[in-house]
Amino acid sequence: MELYNLNLTQALGKMAAGEVSAVALTKSCLARIAAVDDQVGAFISVDTEGALRQAEAADTLRRQGSGGILCGIPVAIKDLLCTKGLTTTCGSRMLADFIPPYDATVISKLRQAGAVILGKTTMDEFAMGSTSETCAFKVPRNPWKKGYVAGGSSGGSAVAVAARECPAALGSDTGGSIRQPASLCGIVGMKPTYGRVSRFGLTAFASSLDQAGPMARTVADCALLMNVISGHDPLDSTSVVREVPDYTASLSKGLGGVRIGVPREYFSEGLDGEVRAIVEQALSALKGLGAEVIDISLPHTEYCVAVYYLIAPSEACSNLARYDGVVYGYRDRSADTLVGMYTGTRSKGFGAEVKRRILIGTYALSSGYYEAYYKKASQVRTLILNDFKAAFNRCDVLLSPVTPTPAWPIGKSSDDPLALYLSDILTLSANLGGIPGMSVPAGFTTSGLPVGVQLQGAHFAEEMLFRVAGNLERALPPGERKLDLQG
Amino acid sequence: MKITTKEVEHVARLSKLALSQEELTMMTGQLDDILSYVDKLEELDTSSIAPTFNVFSVTNAFREDVTRPSLSQAEALQNGPQHDGQTFLVPRII
Repeated sequence: MELYNLNLTQALGKMAAGEVSAVALTKSCLARIAAVDDQVGAFISVDTEGALRQAEAADTLRRQGSGGILCGIPVAIKDLLCTKGLTTTCGSRMLADFIPPYDATVISKLRQAGAVILGKTTMDEFAMGSTSETCAFKVPRNPWKKGYVAGGSSGGSAVAVAARECPAALGSDTGGSIRQPASLCGIVGMKPTYGRVSRFGLTAFASSLDQAGPMARTVADCALLMNVISGHDPLDSTSVVREVPDYTASLSKGLGGVRIGVPREYFSEGLDGEVRAIVEQALSALKGLGAEVIDISLPHTEYCVAVYYLIAPSEACSNLARYDGVVYGYRDRSADTLVGMYTGTRSKGFGAEVKRRILIGTYALSSGYYEAYYKKASQVRTLILNDFKAAFNRCDVLLSPVTPTPAWPIGKSSDDPLALYLSDILTLSANLGGIPGMSVPAGFTTSGLPVGVQLQGAHFAEEMLFRVAGNLERALPPGERKLDLQG
Repeated sequence: MKITTKEVEHVARLSKLALSQEELTMMTGQLDDILSYVDKLEELDTSSIAPTFNVFSVTNAFREDVTRPSLSQAEALQNGPQHDGQTFLVPRII
């Protein structure tokens, strides 16, 4: 077997047993990237030399009996997490040449744990999009069916893991950007509770919604990554002071006494028949393992899209004010006045989706409209949060689809922004409520596209999500399927 | 119409974005669709509901005022589109 096929836990086992070196594993992943990335476009940049250097260092540490818990594991990073010395573009022309002078806290934690940073992955520009098609550089393709979208905004990270270019990746999730591409590409992805993982060095999109999280091929691999990246950070005052449990410990627990809530609003008319059947099959599998199934109502679900597409753009227009051509990033050099330079820089540096969200947010916050839009949305956000609180008094986990449909053809969604926003309806509310959410592979459609199920839990209930996900993974073995890749 | 071309031009100016005629027409139509859609929030009476700006109540995170390493001047300048080794340079203001 080629080493790039090893998942994270398998690779750690082989390295611990001395059967495989970090250098060999890293070389295998780099060779895989060289062979297939032209077909799927997962990476914006690959740090070949740096990765080999880190792998050599990992091998040395392991020989000395030291080395962290991810010692020698190649990891791909969404290109909005700052990596010292490695270009961090956020998928935008604005930051095409930006080289961060420091690491994001999650990157420092990966390095301390011995991970090998392989490269940076394709994403929607500033994480604004649901298919990664707003990326200024390239569009990632679904490795199960290359004419189809990978999802977004962490599309490249999902593709890199699914196409076996690396065993694990980090993404970020502001409205579903980890869970949705994980579902569409058939991998596991988790959005942690808001505040569980530091946002220092995660380029801000919507600060009250953003969280970084793990993406991998197994539940155990995601749990291990969560052990590494979670925890309070003095550099992020919204990160929470709370002990980090061993998330891998809950995977093997049974489902006796676990109450699974089914939010009926998530199974509305727009839900694709095959997606519904796959989710229902997952539910009966969990029921068969002893879980209790409860009907739940989240009555404000239908308002999530409206609330999100006011709050996220409002926060974004403020966060993106920093891109003015002065201290970093692109500058329009043709203007001879300061305001002309700002305007030229922003008009040429940002793509259409980013401009659209800046305009919506600026409008929603502007004098005369603040009460009607931003404040109103923030009040309805309270109602959405209250729905979750009431639900988690009655159940431990909410089980639902991640998206109303499987992946769709590339290019199909580009000119109707509202229709695309509506496709996010099942993932946005977790960010609005700050609760953890997860996508776990549950099956394939007859045309060969993966479908995941979403698990959501109360604040800091990641262990419960991993417990249910672990059972689901054992109950629904993926089987042998061939990726749509040559080479 | 929820929003006019003139209002979009105004918001674009506030955002320091210059839109071409084509962009302006497209954005006005799309913003109108989006703002018409979000009007559904009006169905809900929120007069007695406190807004949520952050899911956990944020408190001040105090720390001792101690000196600690930060970026050097060279590192701070390294991504500057234009600088003279001491400061960032911008087009003349006054």
